[in-house]
Amino acid sequence: MSLSEFLHQNGAELLTLLRQHLVLVFASTLIAVATGVPTGIMLTRKKALRSPVLGLANIMQTVPSLALFGFLIPLPFIGGIGARTAIVALVVYALMPIIRNTVTGILGVDQNVREAAVAMGMTSSQILWQVELPLAMSVILTGVRVATVISVGVTTIAAAVGAGGLGVYIFRGLRQYDNNLLLAGAVPAALLALLADFSLGLLERHFSIEGRSKFRGNYKTRRLALVLTGLVIVAGGYIVWAGSRAPRQSSAVQKVSVGSKDFTESALLAEIVAQMLEARGVTVERQFELGGNLPHEALLAGRIDLYPEYTGTAFTTILRHDPITDPRQVYEQVKLEYSEKFKLETSQPLGFDNTFAILVRGAEARRLNLKTISEAVPYARNWRAGFGQDFMSRADGYPGLVKAYGLQFADQPREMELSLTYIALSSNKVDLIAGNSTEGRIAALDLFQLEDDRHYFPPYEGIYFVRAETLARVPALKDVLAKLAGAISTAEMRRLNYEVDGHKRGQAEVAREWLKSRNF
Amino acid sequence: MGEPSQQVLVEFRDVSYSVAALPAPIISHLNLSVHSGETLVLLGESGCGKTTTLKLINRLLLPTGGKVLVEGQSTDSWDAIRLRRRTGYVIQEGGLFPHFTVEQNIALVPRLEGWDEARIRVRVSELLSLVGLGAAEFAGRYPAELSGGQRQRVGVARALAAEPPLLLLDEPFGALDPLTRASLQREFLDLTKRLGKTAVFVTHDVREALLLGTRIGLMAAGRLLLLATPENFLKTSEPLAQAYLDTIRLVEQT
Repeated sequence: MSLSEFLHQNGAELLTLLRQHLVLVFASTLIAVATGVPTGIMLTRKKALRSPVLGLANIMQTVPSLALFGFLIPLPFIGGIGARTAIVALVVYALMPIIRNTVTGILGVDQNVREAAVAMGMTSSQILWQVELPLAMSVILTGVRVATVISVGVTTIAAAVGAGGLGVYIFRGLRQYDNNLLLAGAVPAALLALLADFSLGLLERHFSIEGRSKFRGNYKTRRLALVLTGLVIVAGGYIVWAGSRAPRQSSAVQKVSVGSKDFTESALLAEIVAQMLEARGVTVERQFELGGNLPHEALLAGRIDLYPEYTGTAFTTILRHDPITDPRQVYEQVKLEYSEKFKLETSQPLGFDNTFAILVRGAEARRLNLKTISEAVPYARNWRAGFGQDFMSRADGYPGLVKAYGLQFADQPREMELSLTYIALSSNKVDLIAGNSTEGRIAALDLFQLEDDRHYFPPYEGIYFVRAETLARVPALKDVLAKLAGAISTAEMRRLNYEVDGHKRGQAEVAREWLKSRNF
Repeated sequence: MGEPSQQVLVEFRDVSYSVAALPAPIISHLNLSVHSGETLVLLGESGCGKTTTLKLINRLLLPTGGKVLVEGQSTDSWDAIRLRRRTGYVIQEGGLFPHFTVEQNIALVPRLEGWDEARIRVRVSELLSLVGLGAAEFAGRYPAELSGGQRQRVGVARALAAEPPLLLLDEPFGALDPLTRASLQREFLDLTKRLGKTAVFVTHDVREALLLGTRIGLMAAGRLLLLATPENFLKTSEPLAQAYLDTIRLVEQT
């Protein structure tokens, strides 16, 4: 897809992400200035506090941003998912340069000047406002500039906690091997950083003493610059205010917050529910592409109302049981324990199973008339296998598979990036891989899934987890989930995934089309 | 030179000042009166306590022993802000605010005192012409755009702005080249005579002391060694005063 096509298709979303990015940077920088500058001033007055506070700020800045988000998620008030958590983390990073430069700037004011100010009979607040702050202003602004540029960068990571911003494209691009997406996120972020650096640099020069004398007599220009700065702050403040108000206004009874994990299939399933709810007049808030275990945490914390999950994941990762292979048993156990432990309801299975799929080339399967893994075992001695890192190491992966079927390959299997194994298989570099059964490229690359006839792999059936309280509050939701029971076969899920990943179409569009085709 | 009135404006009564970090006191048992209308010069080497003496007058420092009286009232019972606004203070290089124009620097205390702008405007141009700078040319400039001598003139104008009865000057002309210094000294002499100001002037330059002082206080190691008019200072047998005088006699003999 060309860049212009891409922009044409995704322009509106790009603008939304850009706006989110700006709001996050602006809000966090504003808070950091509002707290950092007074802290810096206080530190110039209380010498004993100076090194402990600066040291603490220093340490906070060295915490890797993803780890910081991880710490913040379980915390009450400031934690959770979404913009608030991201802003807290961004403020933590922005504080250090602002505090440090405020201290340096004020302490750097010429002693003679300060002494003259005292001797003139200025009060200490007059000295602060009329002498120290104006003289330290350009140094403080340098700190603000550094903080802003850092924020623009760190904000890209905020996408991992569901705060949106340009990082959404970067993460999505990395996941889908889509350079257009990656660039659509990274380039505007870089430009934003440069723009912030440049414009704050201008402002900074404006406040420097040298800048002052150049502006001598040119009060209009200076006033204009100050008015413009003021306008930017007011406008930014308004956007933040409006942004923070919008969700609160719609917190009516008929509102559902839909979450998803950070990959295409999960987002598609979430989008399908979202659109069905919207068609029934329910207001939907989308909290898609939450990384790692976040959707579960968010659901427990009530920050989202439902999200799509897999029975096997819930059974092993969250409930920490050893994998078992009977789909019915896994489902019933999950449903029971979720209801008892978490007060969460489990929908009927959606119909597909996203488990490990042992794949061979379609042409090969047809030539050898292979249907099951057992039938492939005799041929495997002459085959090369390629597996993702995850599959090689996990309990329900390669070691167990070999044991269950008595498999043997020509060489030690290649360990490679999961996504690349599909291409390696279709281009004859390997002869057997373990993919995901709903991967869109299985059909597109004419690959064939061998049936797991010994039921080695645990089931990963698609389901939704819903808060019991939401289900009671929003009757339409029950109706939607009932309609989706058994509605999506594994082949169907593959096709939908491929529409998004292979044909690079928007998930909303693909979901809409599918819903239409099913008359939902 | 008119006889200065004998009204006492500042009085040091057995004043000592010491800090914990130093074993010897910076000022010890200082007794001194500054009379209305006179220019009292404190002469001495750096570290002799002359700047400290100055700072005790406008309550930049409070004595650790004895009392400093300004207009009959002990500095520790003065409101520090009120006292300082009634006391002009000039330091080396003027201590001008680099982010203020000349006009803003001079108008600082009047503005703090809430004068109306029309009065301030008149006062600023009056002061600028008093110190020999054209208001039209200089009022809008920043200190960085002035020469050292011009900055010092602005510093004096700023100290005089709110018509304080007392001026404190801490080596104001120390950083200037000899020719500029000489002309500023002459102008200062002229100014104090015309305005009848009381001034305490700190210097380590014996020529300056003899030229500007109505009385000279010679200080060493925190003590006042000698207090004399310039005429008597020239005649004294005090060894340190002799040493100072030798420096200029040497120059004159060669």
